[in-house]
Amino acid sequence: MASNNSIKKTLIVAFSLCVVCSVVVSSAAVVLKPKQVQNQELDRKSNILQVTQLYRPGDDVEDKYAELITPRVVNLENGEYSEDLDPGSYDQFEAAQDPATSRTLSGEQDLAGIGRQEDFSTVYLVGDPENPDQIVLPIRGQGLWGLMEGFLSVRGDGNTIVGLSYYDQSETPGLGGEVDNPRWKAQWDGKKIYDDGDFQDPEIQLVKGGASGEYEVDALSGASLTSRGVTNMLRFWLSEQGYAPYLARFHDDSAGGA
Amino acid sequence: MATDSVKDVVLSPVFKNNPIALQVLGICSALAVTNSMNVSLVMGLAVIAVTAFSNLFVSLIRSHIPSSIRIIVQMTIIASLVIVVDQVLRAYAYEMSKQLSVFVGLIITNCIVMGRAEAYAMQNGPVMSFLDGVGNGLGYAVILLVVGFFRELLGSGSVFGFTVLTPVQNGGWYVPNGLMLLPPSAFFVIGLFIWVLRSFNPDQIEKTEYRIVANSKAKIKETANV
Repeated sequence: MASNNSIKKTLIVAFSLCVVCSVVVSSAAVVLKPKQVQNQELDRKSNILQVTQLYRPGDDVEDKYAELITPRVVNLENGEYSEDLDPGSYDQFEAAQDPATSRTLSGEQDLAGIGRQEDFSTVYLVGDPENPDQIVLPIRGQGLWGLMEGFLSVRGDGNTIVGLSYYDQSETPGLGGEVDNPRWKAQWDGKKIYDDGDFQDPEIQLVKGGASGEYEVDALSGASLTSRGVTNMLRFWLSEQGYAPYLARFHDDSAGGA
Repeated sequence: MATDSVKDVVLSPVFKNNPIALQVLGICSALAVTNSMNVSLVMGLAVIAVTAFSNLFVSLIRSHIPSSIRIIVQMTIIASLVIVVDQVLRAYAYEMSKQLSVFVGLIITNCIVMGRAEAYAMQNGPVMSFLDGVGNGLGYAVILLVVGFFRELLGSGSVFGFTVLTPVQNGGWYVPNGLMLLPPSAFFVIGLFIWVLRSFNPDQIEKTEYRIVANSKAKIKETANV
C-alpha cells in the first residue's frame, strides 16, 4: 500500500482517472445529443399544438405540426413579416439577450418585467399562412417567483382568444401553479382582447371573484400576484409594444371579410 | 466483512440500516423531489444506478487509489456517473428530467453515494460493493416513495398521477393540503416514518444523551446585574 502513496503513483492514478472519466462523460454527451435536441423540439411543438386545442391525445406531434403550423418571424415594431430571418433557426430568446437585436425596457414600459425585449418574434400560423385560422404568439413575463413562459393562441380575427398555456413557470404549487389546471385554462376560449375599435389597448384581464363579460377571466384563487403577472404580461405583449401592430393586419382583413 | 451475505447487503439498508431514516443522510434531495410519486421513482432509480456503479468502480480500483487523493477520486467517479445519468434522462425521459431539473445534478452532493464509496467500497470486493450500492439506493428510493405517496395523495389528491381524491378545483370534495406540496412537509413525513421504523426496531432508538434534572434553586447574586 505504501507504493500507492508515492508522488508518481498519485499522479498516474489522477491523470488516468481524469482521462477515462472525461472520455465517458463526453461520449455520453455527444452520443445522446441528437436525441436530446429532438426531445426539446418535440416539447416545443407539442406545447404549440396544445394551445391551439387542435391536438388530440394519440396524434403524432411531428405530423400534426407539419400539417398545421407555419412559423414566421415578425418585426414587432411595424408588424411586418421579416424576409431575412429564417423562422427555423431564429431564436428570439437569444435575440433578447443581444443588444443589437433587442431593446431595453425600463420603468413603466416594462409591464411584464422582462428587462429586454427582442425586435423580432416568431409567430406560428395555424392553417393557411395567408389567412390563418389561429395565430400562436409566444409571451413571457414575471409571475410571483420567476419568469413564466407560454403561448397565447388567437383566432384569425386577431381579437378572440383560443387558449393560453405556460410551458415554463415556477409558481406556488396548488395556488399560482394552477395556471396549468385545464379547468382554469378552459375559460380563455372565446374571450376578447380588444374593445371594439381600439386595437392599441388590450382590455383582457383577470378579475377576482367571478369574471363577467368577454374581457374578463377569473383570477387564480389565493394567487393575486401570479394573476397580476398574467394580466400584465398579456397587457404588455398585446399592446403596441408587443403584437398589436402585427395583429392589426388581421382586424382589417376580418372587417372586410365580415 | 467478507462474511456478509448477499441478502443482508441488499436488504438491510432498506429498513434495518436505512441511509435516510437511521443514518439521516441525503435528506436535502428527499425534501426537494418528493412532491409526486413519478418524480420520486425516477429520482430513486437514478440514485440506485449512481450508488451501485460508483461503488463498483471505486471497489475495482480500490487497491490503486492513493489515500491522499481518495476522496477526489471517489468524487470524480461519482460526478461522471451523475452526468451520464443526467444525459440519459434528458434523452429518454425528457418530461421527467425537466421536473427533476437540477436535482439530478445534485445527486453528486448526496451524502449516501459518497458515504458508501468511502465506508464500504474501499474495503470490499466489486460484486458486494455493487450490491451494497443497490441496497442503499433502494433504502433511499423506498423513503422517497413513501414520502412521495403521502405528499402527492394529500397535496394533489392523486397517486402516480391518477386521481384518487378529486380535489375541489376539479369539482370534487377534497381540499388539497397546500403545505404538502411544499418541501418542508417532507420533514414531517420523514419524521413520522422514522418514528414508525424505530417502534418496530427498538434497537434503532438512540441512547438519550442527557437527562433533564429537576430545577436547582437559583442563587441570587448581588453582582449579577452589571
